Amino acid sequence: MRSTISERPLLQARGISKAFGVVRVLDEVDFDLRAGEVHSLLGENGAGKSTLLKIFGGVHRADQGEMLYRGEPATVDHPQKARELGIALIHQEPLTFPDLDVAENIFLGHGTTWKSRFIPIKWKDRYREARRLLDELGVRLDPRARVHGLSTADQQMVEMAGALSQNARILLMDEPTASLTPEETRELFRIVQRLREQGTAIVFISHRLEEVFSLSDRITVLRDGKFVATRRKEETSIEEVIRMMVGRPLGKFYEREEAIPGKTLLKVESLGRGRRFSGVSFEVRAGEIVGMAGLVGAGRTDVASAIFGIRPADTGKIEIRGEAVRIDNPAQAIRLKLAYVPEDRQHHGLVLPFSVAGNVTMASLRRLFPRGWLRPPRERELAEDYRTRLSINLRDTSQPVWELSGGNQQKVVLSKWLITEPEILILDEPTRGIDVGAKQEVHHLMGELCRQGKAVLMISSDLPEVLALSDRILVMREGRLTGHFRREEATAENVMAAATGQPLPGEKGTPVSSG
Amino acid sequence: MSEKGTLIEVEASRGRSVAATVLRFRELGIAFFVLLIVAVATLKEPRFIDAANLRNILLYIPLILIVAMGQMMVIVSRNIDLSVGSTLAFSAIVIGYLFVNQPDFPIWLAAVLAVLIGAVLGAVNGALVAWVGIPAIIVTLGTMSVYRGMVFIYSGGRQVSGADLPEDLIDLARTSPVFGIPWILILALIVVILAYLFLRYTETGREIYAIGSNPRAAELRGIPVKLNLFLVFTICGALAGLAGILFASRFGYVNPANTGVNFELIVISAAIIGGANVFGGSGTVLGTVFGCLLIGVIHNALSVLGISGFWQTAIYGLAIILAVALDAVLQRRLGKRKEGADLL
Repeated sequence: MRSTISERPLLQARGISKAFGVVRVLDEVDFDLRAGEVHSLLGENGAGKSTLLKIFGGVHRADQGEMLYRGEPATVDHPQKARELGIALIHQEPLTFPDLDVAENIFLGHGTTWKSRFIPIKWKDRYREARRLLDELGVRLDPRARVHGLSTADQQMVEMAGALSQNARILLMDEPTASLTPEETRELFRIVQRLREQGTAIVFISHRLEEVFSLSDRITVLRDGKFVATRRKEETSIEEVIRMMVGRPLGKFYEREEAIPGKTLLKVESLGRGRRFSGVSFEVRAGEIVGMAGLVGAGRTDVASAIFGIRPADTGKIEIRGEAVRIDNPAQAIRLKLAYVPEDRQHHGLVLPFSVAGNVTMASLRRLFPRGWLRPPRERELAEDYRTRLSINLRDTSQPVWELSGGNQQKVVLSKWLITEPEILILDEPTRGIDVGAKQEVHHLMGELCRQGKAVLMISSDLPEVLALSDRILVMREGRLTGHFRREEATAENVMAAATGQPLPGEKGTPVSSG
Repeated sequence: MSEKGTLIEVEASRGRSVAATVLRFRELGIAFFVLLIVAVATLKEPRFIDAANLRNILLYIPLILIVAMGQMMVIVSRNIDLSVGSTLAFSAIVIGYLFVNQPDFPIWLAAVLAVLIGAVLGAVNGALVAWVGIPAIIVTLGTMSVYRGMVFIYSGGRQVSGADLPEDLIDLARTSPVFGIPWILILALIVVILAYLFLRYTETGREIYAIGSNPRAAELRGIPVKLNLFLVFTICGALAGLAGILFASRFGYVNPANTGVNFELIVISAAIIGGANVFGGSGTVLGTVFGCLLIGVIHNALSVLGISGFWQTAIYGLAIILAVALDAVLQRRLGKRKEGADLL
């Protein structure tokens, strides 16, 4: 145990709850933080880690629960308030001012008072002070350099220097390493260690378990917005932590009959684009569902949008029904009988103010109305047809889609693609944010599509869903395929391990060599 | 990475550095255009560089300069003010009628009043943008009409002619305290210097850049975003108000249907040509001064060369689009992207 860690908590949160709309993101979470410790928050996507951090940082306000700062009740309802308590939040994407220089980014808005507004800025002092803070962090950055054009790592350093300038006692870091190179990560860790030794308390979020274990003193696991456990690093193991993260009862899932896959409909070989993903190869056959698991930001959506021509890949090749093709835009993809149900249905899947009828025909207008004139009766007829087939709950097909619930909206998106008569469907988080009933119906529909001989690639962050529905499971991590499991060999633990980069001893599964 | 990759990167960085140089020496580029226009105009019409004509140019530019300083600040904060021409006109007409009714009213007090009138009109814009949350382009498009309407209502559509304006006011554009530099130009230079000091040396000035550069980050930093936006619009209005009384001095009349019409276009062109970025966060006093110089010279060259006034509006519009297009190309070269530019 480190001697610098004090036993009395610096910050204590009790029974924190928070909901966005009807979605409960945090449910009675307890957390405590001591001076001189690195306390990591772990959990799957959507477990509520970032929300908790933002509540500590004054960005969000908790619906329930209380916070104690040095044992005294504290209200942190504004970022300014958090700053006054010495709490600094470093966001995953640095919140910097690209047009201003490094020194200004460090100091601006910090410690401004009504009086200081009337005193001319002493630029020399400001640059000298910035230099000193950057030296303290051991960062080689020119205080006069414009922030625009600096790497993410450097921008984080600028934010850290800003935190130092206000003598922050608590540093909240939301996935700071997500877009850093290994070199930059080591540099960051060196600085975090130094701050800890000086008695700063650090809350750290990362999906990379090895990082978490190398850096943390204590680890708290959240699952589905609920507190699971807090452990000293020495008292736990990567295996145990993964079990705590995924240890959710599987619940009742639609049972699919064993699929008999047909010929390969979609095949990609060493697909890559820039630094987002590379060397991605897999195939999807007629009549099977291939699940794609991984953490947010692992590059799954990037792969999907490359296949669908939204942001074409710059290396590798795509074969559709055995023929090599080039897909430069979604129109070509649709002609090749591909469909893509995007992750963000409200922004990319639907035109919210348009009617249900207008939305469902949107991807097939050319085919339905070859002469270029829309016929609203025909649109309504089609919409009625799909309303019955997918049991979409709506008042009227001329109703704007924004009036529908999430589940029904998703069914409208699915209808839109079914009308194009696709053979290959890419479903990106098809059941995120929809209720249990609708979720089951979507699962049934996927099974039905497979029976009809369609190929389905399902991206999902819902592990139980992936495990229950997929014939095969691909796992992506940091832009590469890191796992490929057959249905019978996949478990929550080994899929999670592949997604976080943890080889689990004694587990089966085919690690895919990255290269 | 393959060799091909690195080659492309080297090429790209070379392209970037050329673009960066062009951006950095923007003022030189503008100066080049100013000289080019002067040269062409003089060749065609030697009267262009007469003392009398140079004086004309020097008397028009201060009006643009004063309002462009305010407009530039507004643009830096990621907003725009289309109402400056009408604000200028309202201040001019109120002051004009003030002199009609009280010929002995002190000039300096009239100037203070003009600034206050402009500040109030600007504050209305600022309040609507900052606290009601209406986009600046809509607010100021609306108040552009409202304020112009107020000009007509106040004046009953009648113009204030030179005979009604006190000699002392007209003298601001004719007489000089030092070196033959007219009062009106000296006032403009004072405004320019104050604007520079404000934007460079005060926390509030720097916050205006921060707000335009990344509004969300500014909010999270605890910068008083709304108060600053209100202030910026108020300053812009106040400067337009000051320009109103100087307009009356320079032209010797105030006409409800003419005064300040299209003035927003002129000052926005000047600010943007001078390097103010319509996406906020950048813009300099020096650049804006050069922008005003160019616009002023163009304005004068067109009339000296006998090109119809009808062309002028079209040419300012063209100048804005060219300046922004040039910037867009250069920025793309630099690989700069503002947030929200990505689709997915």
